Amino acid sequence: MCQNCNLDENQKKLQEVFDKYKDTQGALIPVLHEAQEIYGYLPLSVQEAVADALEIPLSEVYGVVTFYTHFSLYPKGKYKIQICLGTACYVKGANNILEELKKQLGIDVGQSTKDGKFSLDACRCVGACGIAPVMMINDDVYGSLAVSDVADILKKY
Amino acid sequence: MKSLTELKAIKQKVTEVPDYKIVVGMATCGIAAGANPVFKELKRIADEKKLSNVDIQITGCIGICRLEPIVEVYTAKGERYTYVKVDAEKAQDIIQKHIIEGKPCTDYLICDDGEACIKNIQETKSFKKQIRIALRNCGNINPENIDEYIKNDGYFALGKVLTEMKPAEVIQLLLDSGLRGRGGAGFPTGLKWKFAAAAQNEQKYVCCNADEGDPGAFMDRSVLEGDPHSILEAMAIAGYAIGSDQGFIYVRAEYPVAVKRLNLAIKQAKEYGLLGNNIFGTDFSFDIELRLGAGAFVCGEETALMTSIEGKRGEPRPRPPFPANKGLFGKPTILNNVETFANIPVIINKGADWFNKIGTEKSKGTKVFAVGGKINNTGLIEIPMGMTLREVIYEIGGGIPNGKAFKAAQTGGPSGGCIPAEHLDVAIDYDNLIAIGSMMGSGGLIVMDEDNCMVDIAHFFLGFTVDESCGKCPPCRIGTHRMLEMLEKITAGKGEDKDIEKLERLAYSIKEAALCGLGQTAPNPVLSTLRYFKDEYKAHIYQKTCPAGVCKNLLSYNIDAEKCIGCGLCARNCPANAITGVVKSPYTIDKDKCIKCGVCMEKCKFGAIYKK
Repeated sequence: MCQNCNLDENQKKLQEVFDKYKDTQGALIPVLHEAQEIYGYLPLSVQEAVADALEIPLSEVYGVVTFYTHFSLYPKGKYKIQICLGTACYVKGANNILEELKKQLGIDVGQSTKDGKFSLDACRCVGACGIAPVMMINDDVYGSLAVSDVADILKKY
Repeated sequence: MKSLTELKAIKQKVTEVPDYKIVVGMATCGIAAGANPVFKELKRIADEKKLSNVDIQITGCIGICRLEPIVEVYTAKGERYTYVKVDAEKAQDIIQKHIIEGKPCTDYLICDDGEACIKNIQETKSFKKQIRIALRNCGNINPENIDEYIKNDGYFALGKVLTEMKPAEVIQLLLDSGLRGRGGAGFPTGLKWKFAAAAQNEQKYVCCNADEGDPGAFMDRSVLEGDPHSILEAMAIAGYAIGSDQGFIYVRAEYPVAVKRLNLAIKQAKEYGLLGNNIFGTDFSFDIELRLGAGAFVCGEETALMTSIEGKRGEPRPRPPFPANKGLFGKPTILNNVETFANIPVIINKGADWFNKIGTEKSKGTKVFAVGGKINNTGLIEIPMGMTLREVIYEIGGGIPNGKAFKAAQTGGPSGGCIPAEHLDVAIDYDNLIAIGSMMGSGGLIVMDEDNCMVDIAHFFLGFTVDESCGKCPPCRIGTHRMLEMLEKITAGKGEDKDIEKLERLAYSIKEAALCGLGQTAPNPVLSTLRYFKDEYKAHIYQKTCPAGVCKNLLSYNIDAEKCIGCGLCARNCPANAITGVVKSPYTIDKDKCIKCGVCMEKCKFGAIYKK
């Protein structure tokens, strides 16, 4: 993840977000969503900037960031793989798909590959239960998966 | 929007009816199945062939996910054709043969469970048993175009309420209709509104719970993606009824398509003056703001959801005070679920008497279910309350695939329970489901067959609850953790005598002591499986076997010497080199080396490998 390039650019974008939510009640979560869009994750420096701008304690920002699974303290891969482990996917064998993903990528849930290309997360239901088991790679949804599909799908990226 | 007359003018706005209208299902499941390239291809060919009499539109989910991508053709004569599993190639045929040559492509039309293909979805057996109220527009209108919603009587209920009814009359109408909350608990909607209307405060709020967190449920997503304006309209009606000028929709960040369409719908409604100041020329003003969730199941609980909108950790708080008196930002608030709101404009337009004739004595109207798991027709259905589970699973759902036996249906998500075959004839309504140890829930219905282990399923749900417990109250934070440990022990084959009793005792303690609905209902999956499938628990504990063959620690793979011809395929594929033997005589599996991956069983062409 590119941390130092475009630093000014990112800071400028973040400032625009702060301005946008200046008068919003309960702005913290929307601000964090947009900050994560900009940086890809929420390192301490960004949390500090958010705390300063919204005039709330850093502990409160950190508390919120760590409460919600959508927010990440660490950079994610270029391609974020999310395998659904909701009930419909689970009863249709999503666990086996997950095992295959782990094997193919050589990483565990919550980790990224060394080259930063893929990160692997398990999620709870993307609401596409009709075509279970399902996984998402960034915004692409793959449904009705079989273990043998995994390798071919990964090759596309 | 100054008056109803103006709205009527939009509805009647003469638009040329095209010879053919082609609609492509573009909800999340449609897109996942490849609807985007189909839509692009249809557009491309229509342009290339310079077809001027064809209108190509997108639409939401029609409910038959397993047959996506779906393309429907409507003719000027009023005929409707449903094409299923369409790809780019079939799209070309549809344009060439159906649109240009006027001959429908019968091979691609929808079929009724293995029978001859028929014309459209409305003629299928499963569709005929349904009544579509909340889903009335899903799969029929373009959700990104407000005019299509208005054409189907959209915003007329709001117009009627604002110009002809007093707030108290609106609430009375809802009370008379018997509508109960579709989010799960089934609290009467009219009563909730009445409490909030009675609360005295300058500022009140209307919230929509679109944080559909139950795994296996996607009704709300479909409504948001397929008919977003119905939610905006109903929220404005609620605002008028309780005296609020501000609404919030709390929607999951995991639903990007729904978020996009809601934002667009809010923008369009504002442009038409259906949201904003002085709606329909009255002194009523109402605005709606979208707030995104951030991946916390507990935020589906009403007090946690409000805390989250306030920008805090989504932890529930004790009730009372109830939100109707002290809710969002400390102000009187009503919170209804997406499906509840989707019912309201229709109830206003058609009247309470029309609505309360549908359903059972205490549960009126319809319920949307997301049907998934081991069932042929996965997808979205809307049925009148009182239909039996058997009708849902066998007549609408088309039964269990691969000739397997039905074992249980799970409703209510992590708060609900598993319903066994003996209760298949129970009429589905709020009270009956609670009586048999489950609950209506938000509408996820997952079917399990003989290959699913019920102890493993209970373990799965407890794992979910432990992950999602917010940590505020110890019964939930620690109690569910201990329950999960016991279930891990049992599924690992280390269960002991008295474990079942311990599990039950702890389950009842958590139910009594937990702070919010999530904790109080967390033990339900365990209690209901213990109630109906105790034998499976006992088999794990006392015989150290998993009857369904799921729990790996309790399984062993074996080779049937009589069926094995000694081809060696299994040995060559075994990743652990656990299979040895001499060609043309039966092979054997070294149980110490075997990692129980099941590859050998999959590969064997003679069915010689079995697990026990």
